[in-house]
Amino acid sequence: MIRTENVHKSFKVEGREPLHVLKGINEHITKGEVVSIIGPSGGGKSTFLRCLNMLEVPEEGHIWFEGVDITSSDIDINIHRQKMGMVFQHFNVFPNMTVMQNITLAPVQTKKKTQAEADEIAIALLNRVGLIEKKNEHPSRLSGGQKQRLAIVRALAMEPDVMLFDEPTSALDPEMVGEVLDVIKDLVKSGMTSVIVTHEMGFAREVSDRILFMDDGIIAESGTPDQVMRNPQNPRTKDFLSKVLY
Amino acid sequence: MSFSNVVRIFTKYWKVFLITGVSHTLLLSLITVVFGALLGLILCYMRMSFHKPLRAVSSFIVDLIRGTPMLLQVYVGYFLVPKLLPFKVSEFMAVSVAFSINSGCYLSEAFRSGIQAVDKGQMEAARSLGLTYSQAMKKVILPQALKNILPELGNEFVTITKDTSLASTFFIGDIMTSYLIVRGNTFLTFECLFIVAVIYYVINKILTFFLNRFERRLRVSD
Ligand SMILES: Nc1ncnc2c1ncn2[C@@H]1O[C@H](COP(=O)(O)OP(=O)(O)O)[C@@H](O)[C@H]1O
Ligand SMILES: [Mg+2]
Repeated sequence: MIRTENVHKSFKVEGREPLHVLKGINEHITKGEVVSIIGPSGGGKSTFLRCLNMLEVPEEGHIWFEGVDITSSDIDINIHRQKMGMVFQHFNVFPNMTVMQNITLAPVQTKKKTQAEADEIAIALLNRVGLIEKKNEHPSRLSGGQKQRLAIVRALAMEPDVMLFDEPTSALDPEMVGEVLDVIKDLVKSGMTSVIVTHEMGFAREVSDRILFMDDGIIAESGTPDQVMRNPQNPRTKDFLSKVLY
Repeated sequence: MSFSNVVRIFTKYWKVFLITGVSHTLLLSLITVVFGALLGLILCYMRMSFHKPLRAVSSFIVDLIRGTPMLLQVYVGYFLVPKLLPFKVSEFMAVSVAFSINSGCYLSEAFRSGIQAVDKGQMEAARSLGLTYSQAMKKVILPQALKNILPELGNEFVTITKDTSLASTFFIGDIMTSYLIVRGNTFLTFECLFIVAVIYYVINKILTFFLNRFERRLRVSD
């Protein structure tokens, strides 16, 4: 479904050496797979995830999504992004719109759905995540956990083939983490291909088919949750896990 | 300066100050902000476009206006605008062109920072859903930027009511012109200055009062 080949990304900050954040990433995420990315902060997890839908443009390497090289300059990236949902650490819900408008904006604007069809989908999704009674509220009236659930259904309304999560619970108060993780669990159980950057180790172990450990711009280790978490091969993985587990 | 003189002058000339002066000042300010806002939109659009020459032209104009004194621009407007236009223009119109251009340059920067003040995550979220840049701008960014921009328009109006006094040299009829006229008739400089100072101050207070109320309402509706 998504294949990356030798993806490199550097950030150029004026007056400083370019920061080489991704140092050649080769990955293959297959249809239906749930992949969690763990690793120390600053290791390039977000950057890698954002390259997958070209929010960051890699300066070297290729990314194929459903067989199309989306790093190529003669494709229309918007078409492909419509098939890739993304959920951000800070929710990024649209404060100027109601819950319903947040959800139906993209399906209607991209002409995937009429307003009536989009409304129907939005209501079904809101029911599914327990937000239906908030449908006419603005996001300022929602808690963090509710905002993130809204952000998730906003992405789902586009009926994506893959979901990308960037630390979806890191900005939440502890008591709201559960409600968001439950929604994601539900989603992956329904077969949604997902790539999840997370610090929730228990969650990652429970839902993932595969875990990637990213450090210093490379994927230092990749394997099943049991392999990576119980029996890590790379000393850096061991070191990281010893700090975050227990 | 004597207070009785102030009263005497005001009773005799209040129409010049309050009717002619205030109406011209407010009208000139309104014209300036309306056309300034239009020009500001165009300049801001150019400045934020992906087309490099457009960006360069816009930033050159803005830079030029911000880098030269307003009084000089009023002079240039007064002498140049009538020469450039095929029909006859009043002094008032000529200087209002200068003020509008000046205002447009300041406002274009205010618009730009109002847009840039919208959280970057908003654009990213919109683009991640597959919206184009212009759809994201129109539906997500600009409606939020408007809340930052509207108070700036109000501020600009308040500032302009004072700045228009620069054009009184050309007897355009504003509040400061009324000072020049009445002083010419009475030779009581300080009394006349006192009167226009009070008028400017009161106008300013009234406008700021409404502006603050409006801003508070904007914030509540967030
Ligand atoms: N837009 C950017 N400009 C400059 N540096 C950036 C930018 N985005 C990320 N970085 C830097 O790249 C490195 C990797 O960041 P990130 O991918 O966010 O790591 P992680 O998600 O693993 O914490 C960090 O050092 C970060 O400061
Ligand atoms: Mg990150």
